[in-house]
Amino acid sequence: MNYALWFQLASPEIVLSISSLVLLLIAAWGGVQSSRLVSILTVTALFGALALSFNFLLNPSFAEGADAFYGQYRMDRFASLSKILVFLSAIGCIIVAPKFFARGNLMRPEYPILVLFATIGMGLMVSAVDLLTLYVGLEMQSLAAYVLASFLRSDDRSAEAGLKYFVLGALASGILLFGLSLLYGFTGTTSFIGIQTAFGDGVSTGALFGIVFVLSGLAFKISAVPFHMWTPDVYEGAPTPVTTFFATAPKVAAMALTMRVAIEAFGGQQAVWQQIVIFVALASIILGGVAAIGQQNIKRLLAYSSINNIGFILIGLATGTEAGASAMMTYLIIYVAMTLGSFICVLDLNDREGRPVEEISKLAGLSKTRPGLAAALAVFMFSLAGIPPLFGFWGKFVVFDAAVAAGLIPLAAIGIAASVIGAFYYLKVVKVMYFDEPADVIAPSDSAARMALVTLTALFVSPLGYFATLALSPVTAGAAKALFWAA
Amino acid sequence: MIQIFAFYLFASVVIASGAFTILARNPVHSVLWLILAFFNAAGLMVLIGAEFIAMLLVIVYVGAVAVLFLFVVMMLDIDFAELRGGFMKNLPLGLALAAVFLAELIFGIGAYQAGNIALGENALNPARMGASNIQAVGELLYTRYIFLFESAGVVLLVAMVGAIVLTHRKRAGVRPQNIGSQVRRRPEEATRNTQPAVGQGVQL
Repeated sequence: MNYALWFQLASPEIVLSISSLVLLLIAAWGGVQSSRLVSILTVTALFGALALSFNFLLNPSFAEGADAFYGQYRMDRFASLSKILVFLSAIGCIIVAPKFFARGNLMRPEYPILVLFATIGMGLMVSAVDLLTLYVGLEMQSLAAYVLASFLRSDDRSAEAGLKYFVLGALASGILLFGLSLLYGFTGTTSFIGIQTAFGDGVSTGALFGIVFVLSGLAFKISAVPFHMWTPDVYEGAPTPVTTFFATAPKVAAMALTMRVAIEAFGGQQAVWQQIVIFVALASIILGGVAAIGQQNIKRLLAYSSINNIGFILIGLATGTEAGASAMMTYLIIYVAMTLGSFICVLDLNDREGRPVEEISKLAGLSKTRPGLAAALAVFMFSLAGIPPLFGFWGKFVVFDAAVAAGLIPLAAIGIAASVIGAFYYLKVVKVMYFDEPADVIAPSDSAARMALVTLTALFVSPLGYFATLALSPVTAGAAKALFWAA
Repeated sequence: MIQIFAFYLFASVVIASGAFTILARNPVHSVLWLILAFFNAAGLMVLIGAEFIAMLLVIVYVGAVAVLFLFVVMMLDIDFAELRGGFMKNLPLGLALAAVFLAELIFGIGAYQAGNIALGENALNPARMGASNIQAVGELLYTRYIFLFESAGVVLLVAMVGAIVLTHRKRAGVRPQNIGSQVRRRPEEATRNTQPAVGQGVQL
């Protein structure tokens, strides 16, 4: 029992929790006028937590990672890298929000606070090494997300998105919880390492049911096929800054959680879950590619794109190797940059009265009216498609490389073939922007912050991003090594 | 001896009040029978030494859930006579479902007693066998699981913030009672003395 060390290990969440409580008081007394102040303070708190996470990632004295709170919470390089990604996405989603909500005066100080609460939950998720922490973190993130989805409560689509997300999310939580209780019943412990030890001599039928239910519940949270149905509707209906948030931070957190559960808790029983992960990965890649073709709405298109990308990331998990985990982290970093960038581009698509434009057909001729934005969006689309000179290709390359090294050659071959289907609809967006008659609907940008973020992310996914691999490779390798600490 | 007497008393009242819950004509009576069933189930829990669960039953189920039911039943205008009309129609289906559940129960208990289900050994090893349940739960909750206990508190806070964000709004056109202005008001502001002359009427 060393509470000083434990508090230090959990310091990112503790800092965020205390600041969220203070900010809640400021919001309660300041009312709507305090939105700006609360947003700025939230971003400051997130930067503080970011600095703490960087310390854990880079400081050699934390290289081994350590458990806190009787083995319920673990801070290691894997957790700190995931937290950095989560915090950066949350910062991006708070910065772009005020301009979006300004139209109609809908910005309220609760938006950054709810994002902050969701971020605390995600911090718990990526540090969870106990089924209880897993569930509490997941619920904290989900509850805040349900509210954020229906944040524009006077808008029918937003309310519908929130309700849909809530009902299906509650169902998924129930499935997950049922699996957790089965696992606890058949292993007698809630800690991941304890479960791994209890599985040492094979998995009983009851525990197998538990594994399947837990993986199904987690597949819902990362919106992998066949648990993806909510994604397009929720992404389309939720306010665009919230959609940006949903597509980045919770995906990272839930994916990191899935990795921890699969590799730490079910680590010795790879044969049991590998076929499930392979099926889910392939189904997500293929369905995410095929179903996106008919989409007219760019937010729905990006929703299917995120399903598609989750499938590619899961290929890394199917390998069950350290190289696979390292490839997943690399892919997640690039995925966050691409998704954040493309959704901020969507946020910048407004007509002359400031109404958001979401139909792909209205992007016609964007290269003439807004050449910079069109170029950035084209970079993101090419990168999401995995076309070589761009950084998105690198993510796919390392994942397939790990799959081939692990002997999953058919899986890699089908994945590569299916990525060609995906390339079709990404290229369609580029075609509409560059080769169609200008529709001249999109107004010039009115936000420097958005343009700065778009430029930043576009530079990262451009071929310049390959310079970053020099710094990223050791970091992702260290994170993957931390994940296999119990093996 | 007294335990056996208490067991049969509680058990028969649970079953009887359960039956009355579904048989009562008035839905409010149904909820009241349900509350009686909860109280007696709590008594059964005390008999097997699970006093913590007994308290939870009374506090959570009687205190919160049943009262909520009562409010819902009284607020919603449900035509219970019409609902009950479907009873005879759906009776075969209901009986079939009941038979399936009964079979599952018998199979489950049978398999468990035959030793076919090997549950895991509890790794935590309840060290304090002598302590009462409440003491043991409290000690674990505030020491070993304090981190999760506090996190669960944050989850509840999020739920509260969410409920307020989604439903609270400023209503226009309502005139709420302003106690401050009522108390501040002096007789001089509200009344005046006049002396109307006879036969000339009054000016209001």
